Amino acid sequence: MPLVAILALAGVTYGFRLAGPLCRDRISIPPAATRLFADAATVLLIALAATSALTAGHDFAGWARPAGVLVAGVLAARRTPFPVVVIAAAAVTALLRLGGVH
Amino acid sequence: MGSVHRTDGSTLLRDVALVCLADGLVGAAFGATAVAGGLPWWVPIAMSLIVFAGGSQIAAVGVVLAGGSPLAAVVAGGVLNIRMFPYGLAVADVVDSDREVSGSTGSRRRWWVRLFGVHVITDESVAFALRQTSQADRRKAFWTCGVPLFAAWNVATAVGVVAGSMIKNTHAFGLDATFPAVMLALAIPTLREWRPRTAAGTGAAIAVALTPVLPAGLPVLAALGGLATIWRPRRGAAARESGMCPNPDGQPALRADSREPDDATQQGGGDGAARESDDARQRADSAAARRETTDSGRLDADNACGLLTGGER
Repeated sequence: MPLVAILALAGVTYGFRLAGPLCRDRISIPPAATRLFADAATVLLIALAATSALTAGHDFAGWARPAGVLVAGVLAARRTPFPVVVIAAAAVTALLRLGGVH
Repeated sequence: MGSVHRTDGSTLLRDVALVCLADGLVGAAFGATAVAGGLPWWVPIAMSLIVFAGGSQIAAVGVVLAGGSPLAAVVAGGVLNIRMFPYGLAVADVVDSDREVSGSTGSRRRWWVRLFGVHVITDESVAFALRQTSQADRRKAFWTCGVPLFAAWNVATAVGVVAGSMIKNTHAFGLDATFPAVMLALAIPTLREWRPRTAAGTGAAIAVALTPVLPAGLPVLAALGGLATIWRPRRGAAARESGMCPNPDGQPALRADSREPDDATQQGGGDGAARESDDARQRADSAAARRETTDSGRLDADNACGLLTGGER
């Protein structure tokens, strides 16, 4: 990841953060746009979760990783504290690999 | 979640500590996975310092580690941070200046303090701020969360970098499962509504299906096409909406007739009634745009925060 990409992401992020305080007296975001932003973020997160759980390069990542992520998903849906969710994902995947499931 | 309570100082500090602990763990996993995946040590550290947005950092590094281009990484990370804009609107009065307290002659915060305040706008700090009622409490909550969180996130990233460079076989520890797990956990609270659920399900299917054939990084961006399944421009609002947020496919009004279970249709029974209350809702929408922005910021941020501290608030 080149430095320029990090700077670009930092600049874009700071821009979004700064825009609110700068514009607060002049702008109101249409609710539909707010919803679309939120939906776009959800779509990206789930797509990233799915592809990084299931694939490595262009191929299937094996069963251990998606199994760990699935357990994490179930725990998160049950409102388990975040640290437990993250540790569970790693632990399930590690144990499966230890048991010979890859 | 949900119950708004006035936090006294110790409750606030305890909740902030819990959030810092949870985020610290994620930051450590981020640092470890990034260097274990082959990135130089300074990459995760620089990102945590100057990007300081967990989900987008993980997303961007995830794209690069999968072999994607830096541009795809920046786009994916950037889109995730668009929500900072409504957050900024929601907490503008507490990061920006003291003017409502002290007036024009009073002490405005120093410019670098204000710039740093903007930098620590996160799901968590906004959630803490919006839970308070008075402006003074909101300012206190925002800063009490934002500053320690920034410190915790960066220290944890550095710890993770050290750990990750010592662990040779991260696969044996299952560290590669932490990135997708974090992203899933961040998104799950929003999946209770059908709109994001439909769009995300479609998008994920698109991304996974395209992964074998497209260059890395592109399948995730193609997933934004899943938004087309819920795209529904409304009369009168259509022009304004499309100006603000172009259809990601660049095509007009795909599947304009959505399957949204419309409250109005169910209650009104007829098309006329539905249209009428749709228009009324539209007017109410634009009048309440500011407030709704704040509310939805509260919802998202509250989800994130409740998740981090175990959901009991």
